[in-house]
Amino acid sequence: MSRPREGARVPAPLLVPAALGVAFLVLPLVGLLVRAPWSSVGEQLAAPGVGQALRLSLVSATLATLLSLVLGVPLAWVLARSRMRGRSLLRALVTVPLVLPPVVGGVALFLVLGRQGIVGSWLDDAFGITIPFTTTAVVIAETFVAMPFLVVSVEGALRAADTRFEDVAATLGADRWTTFRRVTLPLVAPGVAAGAVLCWARALGEFGATITFAGNFPGTTQTMPLAVYLALQREPEAAIVLSLVLLAVSLATLLLLRDRWLGRAVP
Amino acid sequence: MRTRPLLALLAAGVLLAGCGGEGDAPAGEEEILTDPSGDAGLAGTLTVFAAASLTDVFTEVGDRLEQENPGLEVQLNVAGSAALAAQLEQGAPADVFAPADEAQMARVVDAGLATGPELFASNRLMLALPLDNPAGIEQPEQAGIPGIADLLVRDVTLAVCAPEVPCGAAAAEVLDRAGLSDVPDTYEDDVRAVLTKVLLGEVDAGLVYRTDVQTAGNDVVALAFREAEAARNRYPVAVLEEAPNREAAQAFVDLVLSDEGRQLVADAGFFEP
Repeated sequence: MSRPREGARVPAPLLVPAALGVAFLVLPLVGLLVRAPWSSVGEQLAAPGVGQALRLSLVSATLATLLSLVLGVPLAWVLARSRMRGRSLLRALVTVPLVLPPVVGGVALFLVLGRQGIVGSWLDDAFGITIPFTTTAVVIAETFVAMPFLVVSVEGALRAADTRFEDVAATLGADRWTTFRRVTLPLVAPGVAAGAVLCWARALGEFGATITFAGNFPGTTQTMPLAVYLALQREPEAAIVLSLVLLAVSLATLLLLRDRWLGRAVP
Repeated sequence: MRTRPLLALLAAGVLLAGCGGEGDAPAGEEEILTDPSGDAGLAGTLTVFAAASLTDVFTEVGDRLEQENPGLEVQLNVAGSAALAAQLEQGAPADVFAPADEAQMARVVDAGLATGPELFASNRLMLALPLDNPAGIEQPEQAGIPGIADLLVRDVTLAVCAPEVPCGAAAAEVLDRAGLSDVPDTYEDDVRAVLTKVLLGEVDAGLVYRTDVQTAGNDVVALAFREAEAARNRYPVAVLEEAPNREAAQAFVDLVLSDEGRQLVADAGFFEP
Protein backbone atom coordinates (compact mmCIF):
# COMPACT_ATOMS: atom_id res chain seq x y z
CA MET A 1 0.00 0.00 0.00
CA SER A 2 1.61 3.27 -1.06
CA ARG A 3 0.46 6.47 0.55
CA PRO A 4 -0.22 9.56 -1.55
CA ARG A 5 3.00 11.46 -2.14
CA GLU A 6 3.77 14.11 0.42
CA GLY A 7 3.55 17.64 -0.91
CA ALA A 8 1.18 16.84 -3.78
CA ARG A 9 -0.55 20.12 -3.16
CA VAL A 10 -3.58 21.13 -5.17
CA PRO A 11 -2.74 23.95 -7.59
CA ALA A 12 -4.66 27.09 -6.62
CA PRO A 13 -6.61 27.40 -9.91
CA LEU A 14 -7.97 23.89 -9.30
CA LEU A 15 -8.80 24.39 -5.67
CA VAL A 16 -11.67 26.86 -5.96
CA PRO A 17 -13.59 25.10 -8.75
CA ALA A 18 -13.01 21.77 -7.02
CA ALA A 19 -14.42 23.13 -3.77
CA LEU A 20 -17.40 24.60 -5.63
CA GLY A 21 -17.88 21.25 -7.31
CA VAL A 22 -17.96 19.47 -3.98
CA ALA A 23 -20.44 21.99 -2.59
CA PHE A 24 -22.65 21.67 -5.66
CA LEU A 25 -22.75 17.89 -5.44
CA VAL A 26 -22.97 17.52 -1.68
CA LEU A 27 -25.32 20.35 -0.65
CA PRO A 28 -28.47 18.69 -2.06
CA LEU A 29 -27.60 15.67 0.08
CA VAL A 30 -27.25 17.94 3.11
CA GLY A 31 -30.63 19.39 2.18
CA LEU A 32 -32.19 15.92 2.28
CA LEU A 33 -30.61 15.22 5.67
CA VAL A 34 -31.73 18.55 7.13
CA ARG A 35 -35.29 18.31 5.86
CA ALA A 36 -35.77 14.66 6.75
CA PRO A 37 -38.61 14.16 9.24
CA TRP A 38 -36.40 12.30 11.71
CA SER A 39 -39.17 11.86 14.28
CA SER A 40 -41.32 9.85 11.90
CA VAL A 41 -38.61 7.98 10.00
CA GLY A 42 -39.46 4.66 11.65
CA GLU A 43 -43.11 5.05 10.81
CA GLN A 44 -42.36 5.99 7.18
CA LEU A 45 -40.02 3.04 6.76
CA ALA A 46 -42.58 0.63 8.12
CA ALA A 47 -45.09 1.81 5.51
CA PRO A 48 -46.20 -1.03 3.27
CA GLY A 49 -44.27 -1.29 0.06
CA VAL A 50 -41.02 0.36 1.12
CA GLY A 51 -39.16 -2.92 1.71
CA GLN A 52 -40.76 -4.36 -1.40
CA ALA A 53 -39.65 -1.44 -3.58
CA LEU A 54 -36.13 -1.51 -2.14
CA ARG A 55 -35.78 -5.24 -2.71
CA LEU A 56 -37.08 -4.92 -6.26
CA SER A 57 -34.65 -2.06 -6.94
CA LEU A 58 -31.64 -3.98 -5.69
CA VAL A 59 -32.56 -7.21 -7.48
CA SER A 60 -33.39 -5.58 -10.80
CA ALA A 61 -30.32 -3.29 -10.78
CA THR A 62 -28.10 -6.29 -10.03
CA LEU A 63 -29.68 -8.38 -12.78
CA ALA A 64 -29.34 -5.45 -15.19
CA THR A 65 -25.65 -5.18 -14.29
CA LEU A 66 -25.07 -8.90 -14.83
CA LEU A 67 -26.82 -8.73 -18.19
CA SER A 68 -24.75 -5.67 -19.08
CA LEU A 69 -21.53 -7.53 -18.18
CA VAL A 70 -22.46 -10.53 -20.30
CA LEU A 71 -23.31 -8.39 -23.34
CA GLY A 72 -21.28 -5.26 -22.68
CA VAL A 73 -17.77 -6.61 -22.13
CA PRO A 74 -17.69 -8.46 -25.48
CA LEU A 75 -19.17 -5.40 -27.14
CA ALA A 76 -16.49 -3.20 -25.60
CA TRP A 77 -13.84 -5.58 -26.92
CA VAL A 78 -15.28 -5.36 -30.41
CA LEU A 79 -15.28 -1.57 -30.22
CA ALA A 80 -11.74 -1.38 -28.86
CA ARG A 81 -9.92 -4.15 -30.71
CA SER A 82 -11.64 -5.35 -33.83
CA ARG A 83 -10.75 -3.86 -37.19
CA MET A 84 -14.32 -4.02 -38.36
CA ARG A 85 -15.48 -1.28 -40.71
CA GLY A 86 -18.00 1.22 -39.39
CA ARG A 87 -16.74 0.82 -35.85
CA SER A 88 -17.07 4.49 -34.97
CA LEU A 89 -20.65 4.48 -36.24
CA LEU A 90 -21.29 1.40 -34.10
CA ARG A 91 -19.79 3.16 -31.09
CA ALA A 92 -22.01 6.18 -31.63
CA LEU A 93 -25.06 3.93 -31.95
CA VAL A 94 -24.49 1.93 -28.78
CA THR A 95 -23.99 5.08 -26.74
CA VAL A 96 -27.27 6.58 -27.96
CA PRO A 97 -29.04 5.61 -24.70
CA LEU A 98 -26.66 7.99 -22.91
CA VAL A 99 -28.12 11.00 -24.68
CA LEU A 100 -31.65 9.73 -25.23
CA PRO A 101 -34.13 11.00 -22.64
CA PRO A 102 -35.02 7.81 -20.72
CA VAL A 103 -38.75 8.31 -21.31
CA VAL A 104 -38.06 8.23 -25.05
CA GLY A 105 -36.03 5.09 -24.45
CA GLY A 106 -39.08 3.57 -22.77
CA VAL A 107 -41.29 4.38 -25.75
CA ALA A 108 -38.65 2.96 -28.10
CA LEU A 109 -38.58 -0.27 -26.07
CA PHE A 110 -42.37 -0.47 -26.46
CA LEU A 111 -42.00 -0.21 -30.21
CA VAL A 112 -39.62 -3.16 -30.24
CA LEU A 113 -40.56 -5.34 -27.27
CA GLY A 114 -44.13 -4.19 -26.56
CA ARG A 115 -47.17 -6.26 -27.42
CA GLN A 116 -47.45 -4.46 -30.72
CA GLY A 117 -43.68 -4.17 -31.13
CA ILE A 118 -41.56 -5.67 -33.88
CA VAL A 119 -40.12 -8.43 -31.70
CA GLY A 120 -42.75 -8.30 -28.97
CA SER A 121 -45.70 -9.16 -31.21
CA TRP A 122 -43.81 -12.21 -32.45
CA LEU A 123 -43.00 -13.29 -28.87
CA ASP A 124 -46.67 -12.89 -28.01
CA ASP A 125 -47.91 -14.87 -31.02
CA ALA A 126 -45.32 -17.64 -30.86
CA PHE A 127 -44.91 -18.14 -27.11
CA GLY A 128 -47.62 -16.09 -25.45
CA ILE A 129 -44.93 -13.98 -23.75
CA THR A 130 -45.64 -10.32 -23.11
CA ILE A 131 -42.87 -8.27 -21.56
CA PRO A 132 -44.31 -4.87 -20.57
CA PHE A 133 -45.52 -4.47 -16.96
CA THR A 134 -43.33 -7.30 -15.67
CA THR A 135 -40.13 -7.35 -13.61
CA THR A 136 -38.38 -8.54 -16.78
CA ALA A 137 -39.38 -5.23 -18.35
CA VAL A 138 -37.78 -3.38 -15.42
CA VAL A 139 -34.51 -5.25 -15.94
CA ILE A 140 -34.62 -4.60 -19.70
CA ALA A 141 -35.32 -0.88 -19.26
CA GLU A 142 -32.51 -0.55 -16.73
CA THR A 143 -30.08 -2.50 -18.90
CA PHE A 144 -30.92 -0.34 -21.91
CA VAL A 145 -30.12 2.84 -20.02
CA ALA A 146 -27.18 1.59 -17.94
CA MET A 147 -25.19 -0.73 -20.24
CA PRO A 148 -23.55 2.08 -22.25
CA PHE A 149 -21.84 3.26 -19.04
CA LEU A 150 -20.22 -0.16 -18.71
CA VAL A 151 -19.31 -0.35 -22.39
CA VAL A 152 -17.66 3.06 -22.37
CA SER A 153 -15.66 2.27 -19.21
CA VAL A 154 -14.48 -1.12 -20.42
CA GLU A 155 -13.65 0.17 -23.87
CA GLY A 156 -11.53 2.91 -22.28
CA ALA A 157 -9.73 0.34 -20.13
CA LEU A 158 -9.09 -1.90 -23.16
CA ARG A 159 -7.64 0.99 -25.14
CA ALA A 160 -5.38 1.97 -22.26
CA ALA A 161 -4.20 -1.62 -21.66
CA ASP A 162 -0.80 -2.63 -22.97
CA THR A 163 -1.39 -4.95 -25.94
CA ARG A 164 2.14 -6.36 -25.74
CA PHE A 165 0.98 -8.82 -23.07
CA GLU A 166 -1.57 -10.17 -25.50
CA ASP A 167 1.06 -10.38 -28.24
CA VAL A 168 3.33 -12.35 -25.93
CA ALA A 169 0.51 -14.70 -25.01
CA ALA A 170 -0.14 -15.25 -28.71
CA THR A 171 3.52 -16.00 -29.45
CA LEU A 172 3.49 -18.52 -26.59
CA GLY A 173 0.72 -20.37 -28.37
CA ALA A 174 -2.43 -19.13 -26.66
CA ASP A 175 -5.40 -18.89 -28.98
CA ARG A 176 -7.43 -15.70 -29.11
CA TRP A 177 -10.13 -16.87 -26.72
CA THR A 178 -7.56 -18.03 -24.16
CA THR A 179 -5.69 -14.76 -24.52
CA PHE A 180 -8.90 -12.85 -23.87
CA ARG A 181 -9.77 -14.93 -20.83
CA ARG A 182 -6.37 -15.30 -19.24
CA VAL A 183 -4.60 -12.09 -20.21
CA THR A 184 -6.92 -9.32 -21.44
CA LEU A 185 -9.71 -9.75 -18.91
CA PRO A 186 -7.46 -9.77 -15.80
CA LEU A 187 -5.62 -6.78 -17.26
CA VAL A 188 -8.77 -4.67 -17.56
CA ALA A 189 -10.49 -6.04 -14.44
CA PRO A 190 -10.38 -2.68 -12.62
CA GLY A 191 -12.02 -1.02 -15.62
CA VAL A 192 -14.69 -3.71 -15.75
CA ALA A 193 -15.30 -3.37 -12.02
CA ALA A 194 -15.57 0.42 -12.25
CA GLY A 195 -17.90 0.11 -15.25
CA ALA A 196 -20.06 -2.43 -13.44
CA VAL A 197 -20.37 -0.15 -10.42
CA LEU A 198 -21.30 2.80 -12.62
CA CYS A 199 -23.80 0.63 -14.48
CA TRP A 200 -25.34 -0.66 -11.24
CA ALA A 201 -25.67 2.84 -9.82
CA ARG A 202 -27.32 4.11 -12.99
CA ALA A 203 -29.68 1.15 -13.07
CA LEU A 204 -30.60 1.69 -9.43
CA GLY A 205 -31.61 5.30 -10.09
CA GLU A 206 -33.42 4.57 -13.37
CA PHE A 207 -36.85 6.19 -13.58
CA GLY A 208 -38.03 7.32 -17.01
CA ALA A 209 -37.58 4.21 -19.12
CA THR A 210 -38.84 2.03 -16.27
CA ILE A 211 -42.11 3.86 -15.61
CA THR A 212 -42.75 4.07 -19.36
CA PHE A 213 -41.91 0.53 -20.42
CA ALA A 214 -42.53 -1.44 -17.22
CA GLY A 215 -45.27 0.68 -15.70
CA ASN A 216 -45.69 1.06 -11.97
CA PHE A 217 -47.06 -1.81 -9.91
CA PRO A 218 -46.07 -2.42 -6.28
CA GLY A 219 -43.97 -5.54 -5.90
CA THR A 220 -43.59 -6.17 -9.63
CA THR A 221 -42.35 -3.00 -11.28
CA GLN A 222 -42.39 -0.25 -8.65
CA THR A 223 -38.73 0.42 -7.93
CA MET A 224 -37.53 2.95 -5.35
CA PRO A 225 -37.23 5.89 -7.77
CA LEU A 226 -40.85 5.35 -8.84
CA ALA A 227 -41.96 5.08 -5.22
CA VAL A 228 -40.07 8.31 -4.43
CA TYR A 229 -41.66 10.15 -7.34
CA LEU A 230 -45.19 9.14 -6.39
CA ALA A 231 -44.59 9.82 -2.70
CA LEU A 232 -43.39 13.30 -3.64
CA GLN A 233 -46.82 14.04 -5.07
CA ARG A 234 -48.65 12.98 -1.94
CA GLU A 235 -46.28 13.55 0.94
CA PRO A 236 -42.90 15.17 0.28
CA GLU A 237 -41.58 14.05 3.68
CA ALA A 238 -42.13 10.40 2.83
CA ALA A 239 -40.28 10.99 -0.44
CA ILE A 240 -37.31 12.40 1.48
CA VAL A 241 -37.18 9.35 3.74
CA LEU A 242 -37.38 6.98 0.78
CA SER A 243 -34.62 8.91 -1.02
CA LEU A 244 -32.39 8.66 2.04
CA VAL A 245 -32.97 4.92 2.28
CA LEU A 246 -32.04 4.44 -1.36
CA LEU A 247 -29.01 6.67 -0.89
CA ALA A 248 -27.84 4.90 2.25
CA VAL A 249 -28.21 1.45 0.75
CA SER A 250 -26.45 2.36 -2.49
CA LEU A 251 -23.60 4.15 -0.70
CA ALA A 252 -23.14 1.23 1.67
CA THR A 253 -23.08 -1.23 -1.22
CA LEU A 254 -20.60 0.83 -3.21
CA LEU A 255 -18.28 1.31 -0.23
CA LEU A 256 -18.42 -2.37 0.58
CA LEU A 257 -17.64 -3.31 -3.01
CA ARG A 258 -14.84 -0.76 -3.18
CA ASP A 259 -13.14 -2.27 -0.18
CA ARG A 260 -13.58 -5.88 -1.15
CA TRP A 261 -13.32 -5.73 -4.88
CA LEU A 262 -11.92 -2.55 -6.33
CA GLY A 263 -9.61 -2.24 -3.32
CA ARG A 264 -7.89 -5.48 -4.27
CA ALA A 265 -7.76 -4.72 -7.96
CA VAL A 266 -6.28 -1.24 -7.56
CA PRO A 267 -3.85 -1.32 -4.67
CA MET B 1 -2.90 31.75 -18.12
CA ARG B 2 -3.25 30.85 -14.47
CA THR B 3 -6.15 33.15 -13.84
CA ARG B 4 -8.37 31.88 -16.63
CA PRO B 5 -10.40 29.32 -14.69
CA LEU B 6 -11.03 31.94 -12.04
CA LEU B 7 -12.16 34.45 -14.63
CA ALA B 8 -14.52 31.90 -16.12
CA LEU B 9 -15.86 31.20 -12.68
CA LEU B 10 -16.38 34.89 -12.01
CA ALA B 11 -18.19 35.26 -15.30
CA ALA B 12 -20.43 32.34 -14.38
CA GLY B 13 -21.09 33.92 -11.02
CA VAL B 14 -22.10 37.20 -12.60
CA LEU B 15 -24.44 35.37 -14.97
CA LEU B 16 -26.02 33.46 -12.10
CA ALA B 17 -26.49 36.63 -10.10
CA GLY B 18 -28.17 38.18 -13.12
CA CYS B 19 -30.65 35.35 -13.35
CA GLY B 20 -31.47 35.53 -9.67
CA GLY B 21 -32.11 39.26 -9.82
CA GLU B 22 -34.57 38.96 -12.65
CA GLY B 23 -36.62 36.36 -10.86
CA ASP B 24 -36.60 38.15 -7.55
CA ALA B 25 -38.02 41.49 -8.52
CA PRO B 26 -41.12 41.13 -10.65
CA ALA B 27 -43.25 43.28 -8.36
CA GLY B 28 -41.73 46.62 -9.28
CA GLU B 29 -41.73 45.73 -12.92
CA GLU B 30 -45.43 44.95 -12.89
CA GLU B 31 -46.23 48.26 -11.28
CA ILE B 32 -44.85 49.94 -14.38
CA LEU B 33 -46.41 47.47 -16.78
CA THR B 34 -49.88 47.62 -15.24
CA ASP B 35 -50.92 50.62 -17.26
CA PRO B 36 -48.79 51.00 -20.34
CA SER B 37 -51.33 52.74 -22.55
CA GLY B 38 -53.35 54.58 -19.95
CA ASP B 39 -56.52 52.48 -20.28
CA ALA B 40 -57.78 50.11 -17.59
CA GLY B 41 -56.53 46.83 -19.15
CA LEU B 42 -54.65 44.19 -17.19
CA ALA B 43 -50.95 43.75 -17.81
CA GLY B 44 -47.88 41.83 -16.80
CA THR B 45 -47.62 38.09 -16.58
CA LEU B 46 -50.29 35.81 -15.18
CA THR B 47 -49.12 32.36 -14.07
CA VAL B 48 -51.77 29.66 -13.93
CA PHE B 49 -51.05 26.26 -12.34
CA ALA B 50 -53.60 23.86 -13.79
CA ALA B 51 -54.31 20.13 -13.89
CA ALA B 52 -53.09 18.41 -17.06
CA SER B 53 -56.68 17.64 -18.03
CA LEU B 54 -57.40 21.38 -18.21
CA THR B 55 -54.69 22.06 -20.81
CA ASP B 56 -56.95 22.67 -23.80
CA VAL B 57 -59.73 24.60 -22.10
CA PHE B 58 -57.44 26.85 -20.03
CA THR B 59 -55.37 27.64 -23.10
CA GLU B 60 -58.58 28.89 -24.67
CA VAL B 61 -59.55 30.90 -21.56
CA GLY B 62 -56.04 32.39 -21.44
CA ASP B 63 -56.19 33.36 -25.11
CA ARG B 64 -59.48 35.19 -24.58
CA LEU B 65 -58.14 37.07 -21.59
CA GLU B 66 -55.05 38.05 -23.56
CA GLN B 67 -57.22 39.30 -26.43
CA GLU B 68 -59.18 41.50 -24.06
CA ASN B 69 -55.99 42.75 -22.39
CA PRO B 70 -53.20 43.25 -24.93
CA GLY B 71 -50.66 44.01 -22.17
CA LEU B 72 -51.25 40.68 -20.44
CA GLU B 73 -49.35 37.45 -20.96
CA VAL B 74 -50.88 34.26 -19.57
CA GLN B 75 -48.46 31.48 -18.73
CA LEU B 76 -50.02 28.09 -18.25
CA ASN B 77 -48.13 25.52 -16.18
CA VAL B 78 -49.88 22.20 -16.58
CA ALA B 79 -48.88 19.05 -14.73
CA GLY B 80 -50.34 16.43 -12.42
CA SER B 81 -52.39 18.20 -9.74
CA ALA B 82 -50.46 16.62 -6.89
CA ALA B 83 -47.13 17.66 -8.39
CA LEU B 84 -48.44 21.23 -8.75
CA ALA B 85 -49.72 21.27 -5.15
CA ALA B 86 -46.28 20.08 -4.01
CA GLN B 87 -44.60 22.84 -6.03
CA LEU B 88 -46.88 25.46 -4.47
CA GLU B 89 -46.08 24.12 -1.01
CA GLN B 90 -42.42 24.58 -1.89
CA GLY B 91 -43.09 28.24 -2.69
CA ALA B 92 -43.49 28.22 -6.47
CA PRO B 93 -44.73 31.68 -7.55
CA ALA B 94 -48.16 31.46 -9.19
CA ASP B 95 -51.39 33.44 -9.43
CA VAL B 96 -54.11 30.85 -10.00
CA PHE B 97 -54.40 27.19 -9.01
CA ALA B 98 -56.86 24.76 -10.59
CA PRO B 99 -56.28 21.11 -9.64
CA ALA B 100 -58.35 18.14 -10.80
CA ASP B 101 -59.87 17.40 -7.42
CA GLU B 102 -60.84 18.98 -4.14
CA ALA B 103 -58.26 17.04 -2.14
CA GLN B 104 -55.35 18.76 -3.87
CA MET B 105 -57.00 22.17 -3.45
CA ALA B 106 -57.59 21.39 0.24
CA ARG B 107 -53.87 20.72 0.59
CA VAL B 108 -53.04 24.19 -0.72
CA VAL B 109 -55.83 25.88 1.28
CA ASP B 110 -54.70 24.08 4.48
CA ALA B 111 -51.19 25.37 3.87
CA GLY B 112 -52.65 28.90 3.91
CA LEU B 113 -51.80 29.49 0.25
CA ALA B 114 -55.34 30.03 -1.06
CA THR B 115 -58.82 30.83 0.20
CA GLY B 116 -62.35 30.43 -1.11
CA PRO B 117 -61.92 28.00 -3.99
CA GLU B 118 -64.92 27.67 -6.31
CA LEU B 119 -65.97 24.59 -8.26
CA PHE B 120 -66.43 25.08 -11.99
CA ALA B 121 -66.42 21.64 -13.64
CA SER B 122 -66.40 17.92 -13.07
CA ASN B 123 -65.09 14.98 -15.01
CA ARG B 124 -65.89 11.28 -15.20
CA LEU B 125 -63.78 8.29 -16.00
CA MET B 126 -64.39 6.15 -19.06
CA LEU B 127 -62.89 2.86 -20.12
CA ALA B 128 -60.69 3.61 -23.13
CA LEU B 129 -59.73 0.77 -25.46
CA PRO B 130 -57.27 0.58 -28.37
CA LEU B 131 -59.03 0.70 -31.74
CA ASP B 132 -58.41 -2.98 -32.46
CA ASN B 133 -59.75 -3.91 -29.00
CA PRO B 134 -57.26 -6.75 -28.37
CA ALA B 135 -59.13 -8.16 -25.37
CA GLY B 136 -62.50 -8.11 -27.12
CA ILE B 137 -64.16 -5.99 -24.43
CA GLU B 138 -67.80 -5.53 -25.36
CA GLN B 139 -70.79 -3.61 -24.23
CA PRO B 140 -73.16 -6.25 -22.76
CA GLU B 141 -76.56 -6.54 -24.37
CA GLN B 142 -78.67 -4.97 -21.68
CA ALA B 143 -80.52 -1.75 -21.23
CA GLY B 144 -78.80 1.22 -19.60
CA ILE B 145 -75.19 1.89 -18.70
CA PRO B 146 -73.26 -1.25 -17.68
CA GLY B 147 -71.23 -1.59 -14.50
CA ILE B 148 -67.47 -1.75 -14.90
CA ALA B 149 -67.56 -5.39 -13.81
CA ASP B 150 -69.79 -6.13 -16.84
CA LEU B 151 -67.09 -4.70 -19.11
CA LEU B 152 -64.07 -6.30 -17.46
CA VAL B 153 -65.40 -9.83 -17.48
CA ARG B 154 -62.20 -11.42 -18.73
CA ASP B 155 -58.65 -11.04 -17.47
CA VAL B 156 -57.40 -7.90 -19.19
CA THR B 157 -54.29 -5.75 -18.98
CA LEU B 158 -55.57 -2.57 -17.37
CA ALA B 159 -53.78 0.75 -16.83
CA VAL B 160 -55.05 3.25 -14.27
CA CYS B 161 -53.60 6.36 -12.60
CA ALA B 162 -51.72 5.99 -9.33
CA PRO B 163 -53.89 6.66 -6.26
CA GLU B 164 -51.71 9.68 -5.43
CA VAL B 165 -53.16 11.68 -8.34
CA PRO B 166 -56.85 12.68 -8.78
CA CYS B 167 -57.64 10.37 -11.70
CA GLY B 168 -56.16 7.54 -9.65
CA ALA B 169 -58.25 8.39 -6.63
CA ALA B 170 -61.34 8.23 -8.85
CA ALA B 171 -60.17 4.98 -10.45
CA ALA B 172 -59.57 3.41 -7.05
CA GLU B 173 -63.09 4.36 -5.98
CA VAL B 174 -64.61 2.87 -9.14
CA LEU B 175 -62.70 -0.39 -8.79
CA ASP B 176 -63.38 -0.63 -5.05
CA ARG B 177 -67.09 -0.27 -5.60
CA ALA B 178 -67.01 -3.03 -8.18
CA GLY B 179 -64.73 -5.27 -6.11
CA LEU B 180 -62.10 -5.16 -8.84
CA SER B 181 -59.22 -3.60 -6.87
CA ASP B 182 -56.82 -6.35 -7.97
CA VAL B 183 -57.35 -5.87 -11.69
CA PRO B 184 -54.91 -3.02 -12.64
CA ASP B 185 -51.52 -4.01 -14.05
CA THR B 186 -49.91 -0.60 -13.77
CA TYR B 187 -50.45 2.62 -11.81
CA GLU B 188 -49.36 5.46 -14.06
CA ASP B 189 -48.18 8.83 -12.81
CA ASP B 190 -50.76 10.81 -14.75
CA VAL B 191 -53.81 10.34 -16.94
CA ARG B 192 -51.95 11.15 -20.16
CA ALA B 193 -49.56 8.26 -19.48
CA VAL B 194 -52.56 5.93 -19.23
CA LEU B 195 -53.93 7.29 -22.50
CA THR B 196 -50.54 6.85 -24.19
CA LYS B 197 -50.43 3.18 -23.23
CA VAL B 198 -53.91 2.70 -24.65
CA LEU B 199 -52.95 4.54 -27.86
CA LEU B 200 -49.84 2.36 -28.23
CA GLY B 201 -52.00 -0.74 -27.78
CA GLU B 202 -49.83 -1.96 -24.90
CA VAL B 203 -52.77 -2.38 -22.55
CA ASP B 204 -56.23 -3.79 -23.25
CA ALA B 205 -57.93 -0.90 -21.50
CA GLY B 206 -57.29 2.20 -19.42
CA LEU B 207 -59.36 4.35 -17.11
CA VAL B 208 -59.11 7.92 -18.40
CA TYR B 209 -61.21 11.06 -18.20
CA ARG B 210 -64.03 11.66 -20.63
CA THR B 211 -62.17 14.83 -21.71
CA ASP B 212 -59.08 12.79 -22.61
CA VAL B 213 -61.22 10.55 -24.77
CA GLN B 214 -62.47 13.66 -26.51
CA THR B 215 -58.88 14.83 -27.05
CA ALA B 216 -57.86 11.46 -28.47
CA GLY B 217 -60.74 11.72 -30.97
CA ASN B 218 -61.04 8.70 -33.23
CA ASP B 219 -57.88 6.99 -32.00
CA VAL B 220 -59.53 5.19 -29.09
CA VAL B 221 -62.84 3.54 -28.34
CA ALA B 222 -64.43 4.58 -25.04
CA LEU B 223 -67.11 2.91 -22.97
CA ALA B 224 -69.09 4.54 -20.17
CA PHE B 225 -69.86 2.68 -16.96
CA ARG B 226 -72.17 3.20 -14.00
CA GLU B 227 -69.66 3.75 -11.19
CA ALA B 228 -68.12 6.76 -12.95
CA GLU B 229 -70.87 9.12 -11.77
CA ALA B 230 -70.32 8.48 -8.06
CA ALA B 231 -66.53 8.64 -8.46
CA ARG B 232 -66.50 11.84 -10.49
CA ASN B 233 -63.89 14.43 -9.59
CA ARG B 234 -64.65 18.11 -9.32
CA TYR B 235 -62.37 20.96 -10.39
CA PRO B 236 -61.93 23.92 -8.05
CA VAL B 237 -60.17 27.14 -8.97
CA ALA B 238 -58.75 29.82 -6.65
CA VAL B 239 -56.59 32.92 -6.65
CA LEU B 240 -53.44 32.24 -4.63
CA GLU B 241 -52.74 34.35 -1.55
CA GLU B 242 -49.24 35.30 -2.69
CA ALA B 243 -50.33 35.99 -6.27
CA PRO B 244 -47.87 38.46 -7.83
CA ASN B 245 -50.57 39.58 -10.27
CA ARG B 246 -53.70 39.47 -8.15
CA GLU B 247 -55.90 41.61 -10.37
CA ALA B 248 -55.31 39.49 -13.46
CA ALA B 249 -55.69 36.32 -11.38
CA GLN B 250 -59.15 37.43 -10.25
CA ALA B 251 -60.08 38.30 -13.84
CA PHE B 252 -59.01 34.80 -14.98
CA VAL B 253 -61.06 33.10 -12.25
CA ASP B 254 -64.06 35.34 -13.02
CA LEU B 255 -63.83 34.43 -16.69
CA VAL B 256 -63.70 30.71 -15.88
CA LEU B 257 -66.80 31.04 -13.68
CA SER B 258 -68.70 33.26 -16.15
CA ASP B 259 -71.27 31.95 -18.65
CA GLU B 260 -68.67 32.29 -21.39
CA GLY B 261 -66.16 30.25 -19.37
CA ARG B 262 -68.68 27.58 -18.48
CA GLN B 263 -69.52 27.21 -22.17
CA LEU B 264 -65.82 26.64 -23.00
CA VAL B 265 -65.58 24.10 -20.18
CA ALA B 266 -68.66 22.26 -21.42
CA ASP B 267 -67.37 22.30 -25.02
CA ALA B 268 -64.20 20.56 -23.83
CA GLY B 269 -66.29 17.66 -22.56
CA PHE B 270 -66.50 18.52 -18.86
CA PHE B 271 -69.68 18.25 -16.81
CA GLU B 272 -71.22 20.81 -14.47
CA PRO B 273 -69.68 20.66 -11.00
